[in-house]
Amino acid sequence: MKGKKTLSKTSKNNFITMGGLLLVYVIVLILKEGGITTNLINGQLVPICAYMIMAISLNLTVGILGELSLGHAGFMSVGAFGGVLVGTLMQEVSDSKILCLLVAVIAGGVLAALAGFLIGIPVLRLRGDYLAIVTLAFGQIIKSIVNILYVGLDADGLHVGFIEKPEILEEGKMIINGAMGATGIRKLSTFTFAFIVLMLCLIVIYNLIQSRTGRAIMALRDNRIAAESVGINVTKYKLLVFAISAAMAGMAGTVFAYNYSTVAPTKFDFNTSILVLVFVVLGGLGSMRGSLIAAALLTLLPELLREFSDYRMLVYAIVLILVMLGTNNPKIRDFFAKIVGKIKSVFVRKKTAKEENANG
Amino acid sequence: MEFLSNVINGISLGSIYAIIALGYTMVYGIAKMLNFAHGDVIMVGAYVCFFMTSRYNMPAVVGILLSMFVCTVLGIVIERLAYKPLRQATSLAVLITAIGMSYFLQNGAQLLWTSNPKVFKSVVGDGGVQLTEGLYVSHVTLVTIAVCVIIMIALTVFTGKSKMGKAMRACSEDKGAAQLMGINVNTTISITFAIGSALAAIAGVLLCSAYPNLVPTTGSMPGIKAFTAAVFGGIGSIPGALIGGILLGIIEIFAKAYISTEISDAIVFAVLIVVLLVKPTGLLGKKISEKV
Amino acid sequence: MKKMKKLVCFGLISAMMLSAFAGCGKKSGSDVIRIGGTGPLTGGAAVYGNAAKRGAEIAVEEINALGGMQFELRYEDDTHDAEKAVNAYNILKDWEVQISLGSVTTNPCIATAAETYADRIFALTPSASSTDVTKGKDNMFQMCFSDPNQGSASAQYISEKALGTKIAIIYKNDDAYSTGIFETFTDKADELGINVVSTTTFNTDSQNDFSVQLSDAKNAGADLVFLPMYYEAAALILDQAKKMNYAPKFFGVDGMDGILTLEGFDTTLAEGVMLLTPFSADATDEKTVNFVKKYNEKYNETPNQFAADAYDCVYAIYEACQKGEVTSDMTAEEICDIMIAQFTTMKFDGLTGNGMTWGKNGEVSKSPKGMVIQNGVYVGLD
Repeated sequence: MKGKKTLSKTSKNNFITMGGLLLVYVIVLILKEGGITTNLINGQLVPICAYMIMAISLNLTVGILGELSLGHAGFMSVGAFGGVLVGTLMQEVSDSKILCLLVAVIAGGVLAALAGFLIGIPVLRLRGDYLAIVTLAFGQIIKSIVNILYVGLDADGLHVGFIEKPEILEEGKMIINGAMGATGIRKLSTFTFAFIVLMLCLIVIYNLIQSRTGRAIMALRDNRIAAESVGINVTKYKLLVFAISAAMAGMAGTVFAYNYSTVAPTKFDFNTSILVLVFVVLGGLGSMRGSLIAAALLTLLPELLREFSDYRMLVYAIVLILVMLGTNNPKIRDFFAKIVGKIKSVFVRKKTAKEENANG
Repeated sequence: MEFLSNVINGISLGSIYAIIALGYTMVYGIAKMLNFAHGDVIMVGAYVCFFMTSRYNMPAVVGILLSMFVCTVLGIVIERLAYKPLRQATSLAVLITAIGMSYFLQNGAQLLWTSNPKVFKSVVGDGGVQLTEGLYVSHVTLVTIAVCVIIMIALTVFTGKSKMGKAMRACSEDKGAAQLMGINVNTTISITFAIGSALAAIAGVLLCSAYPNLVPTTGSMPGIKAFTAAVFGGIGSIPGALIGGILLGIIEIFAKAYISTEISDAIVFAVLIVVLLVKPTGLLGKKISEKV
Repeated sequence: MKKMKKLVCFGLISAMMLSAFAGCGKKSGSDVIRIGGTGPLTGGAAVYGNAAKRGAEIAVEEINALGGMQFELRYEDDTHDAEKAVNAYNILKDWEVQISLGSVTTNPCIATAAETYADRIFALTPSASSTDVTKGKDNMFQMCFSDPNQGSASAQYISEKALGTKIAIIYKNDDAYSTGIFETFTDKADELGINVVSTTTFNTDSQNDFSVQLSDAKNAGADLVFLPMYYEAAALILDQAKKMNYAPKFFGVDGMDGILTLEGFDTTLAEGVMLLTPFSADATDEKTVNFVKKYNEKYNETPNQFAADAYDCVYAIYEACQKGEVTSDMTAEEICDIMIAQFTTMKFDGLTGNGMTWGKNGEVSKSPKGMVIQNGVYVGLD
């Protein structure tokens, strides 16, 4: 076996994550086709994929680049509405569902990347909480603008209006209708499609992190001044990360929007940005696997807590706080680690006992 | 005349942002954490005062004092249970815990006090001062500005002169070194939270006196706006919070009055971005030189 | 650190599995008809969802007490969010819901309407008023007025009664309900030659301060201000207008109902406010008195129009089920066809109107009552 490169530990880990994800996908697909999973789970598959993309893309900004962003939902919004707009136009010329969706997702990604580039510019001057507030402001600006954006389509073509709703012909329709958002979207997103987009994003991120570029980005995070002094171009890499991260969020937005018949601008507000940030921090900064798991669990959690009826969101809040304490407090962590150790030692003892029995 | 009236309206709105921002900036300045639950402590304070004055017909002073007391206790309990165990953790972990706390308070308030909106009875009465024809300043605004200035001066003197205040500043500069100097960092931070929460109670009462709509989510949006105001003025700076709050209010009203009510939010935040581009640490923020 | 994370994840997953299984096998007896709806039971819009849920609960209790046809009601929380509404609807579907009450608020209802349409489950929403809810769906019906209906009815009313010569409008521009009414109001106002002198907006993030909006109206000399919004914001507007010494006529829509029962609200502020509403808790007819009394006893508050609409929904479904001889062993799809046939032909008397009928497009036709607030109670305008 000479000449074959052995995989580094990180690559191995990455492959495990991707393999695990693929395995979960196959199992869920089989269960779904077999009619075993409930409607609730089936209905959540696409949004979970979309939130997973959101989580890993934000992790790229927060975990790898090390800049806090509080406006990630803004990019999702750009992707959702941009994607729906382009997708609806595409439907006029093509009947192929998958083609429409594909074009929409790409358009959503490109538009969001442009927005990410735009927001990336102030990033060069600001740091820490001041940068965070700018991203928050940016998210709010996007929300307000989409709120007053009207795009109508009729036989005469596209009509765009701000604040004032444009006049459209009787048989025409509004694609983006101000505060109502986009309604009457055809449900084109499927679990498989969403999964493929997710997998592609994951592969891109892993490759980016492991590349020369990725190492430069992490150097910036760990020590900006040192990185700058060895000639790493801060501007270039920060803008790059912001644009890539935004593009992925945009794609997630399109996938998400095409799973529902309506999407409103208020959906992508500060709370959604925060929710995605919670996924990232809970999953562990820089850990894509953690982000994926946290996104899936925390999206499912409120639904599975419905048993508590009125106390549902209260329980959710408590779980969130406890998990944060459990994963970040050394004392509590040691306490759990001890229990794990004990359980493990019991298992190990059993195992050895079994082996002895087998031998004897 | 219209211009002056807009300025007054802007100051009225801004003074409310300022008083919330003072609490934000106080906690941030010392404990270096963004306490996203601050807006919800405000809400709790307003509810306590509402029940005292409207349900049990107590005088306003009793309502305010009791709500300050409840919020102080609440602040200390939150700090002990949720933030203290994370003293060694990253600031992001604390941020998320604060968000969890914010969800908890909002949903707890909904369970305790239902989601039905309540109309808050102003603690300073409904009247106002008619300066000239068309120029009107309400008592709430006057009181809020006075309270803001008093709090600002008190906080500045307290952190500048008193022993506890010095300990706080030491903690904000360098926790480790402060500990070595014999300062009890945990107590100091707990006291910071207690003061911040008492300020939140006052802010809640004044917020609801000016805009008497009380629901479990009352504090969240003013909280975010006030956070913006605090950053605008330079987060951590006490006079900055006051100036940032008032400027934010004026910009918001001007954007509504002279440009468009539809996109006023976008304009406010755009101005904020521009200001931060020119002054990256806010209006009065300290420029921190980086150590290499 | 890693171990800990794994452990927490493992704990969470197993807890979820447990609760997922606990959720199963809760199906009720087979002799009841299962009715389900979604609405915001938590979060900022919770007041509307809870009211609708409670109104529907009272109706179901009354019907079940009659003997005969039995209903089981289940409301799931959607937090006023389309995504969560679809989740909530899927839970109801897992519960094998037979008749749906749609969603309480507009945007979530557009999302669940698409689902009920695809699944052929009959849906009657108490309060989602946009035409987008019913557009192109034969099995989606509304109990409330549609937005265009309210907007143009308001304009018509103002013009007919010559209530004002210069009109100002303040509306909430990130809310589908408010913008929907605003748009149709202005269309109709153009047609009728109503002079609109000031149009201003607010949104969720800035719904505290109305000084600019009111100054604008005042400076333009408006003598009537149209407020297509819910009562919380309207209460603030009335308060601030009074402080400004601005006293035009105020005209609201059905969302204004509830302002008089707002805890702590000074009802003198609302003196002279006019509104078009299908329901008033002060009405003296036997049905309303009975409903208000029961609601008060059970929940210790006065019902608003959401509760009344949901109450009517359940009774309308009950009547249609009886006439169409629906039995609990029918599938949702069979019931759906019967209900469509019944709803498009029947006449229904409820709390929110007499002789209501439904068109094929799912919109209700009932006449709004013009009300004016005098001495803290509603008085008919006509």
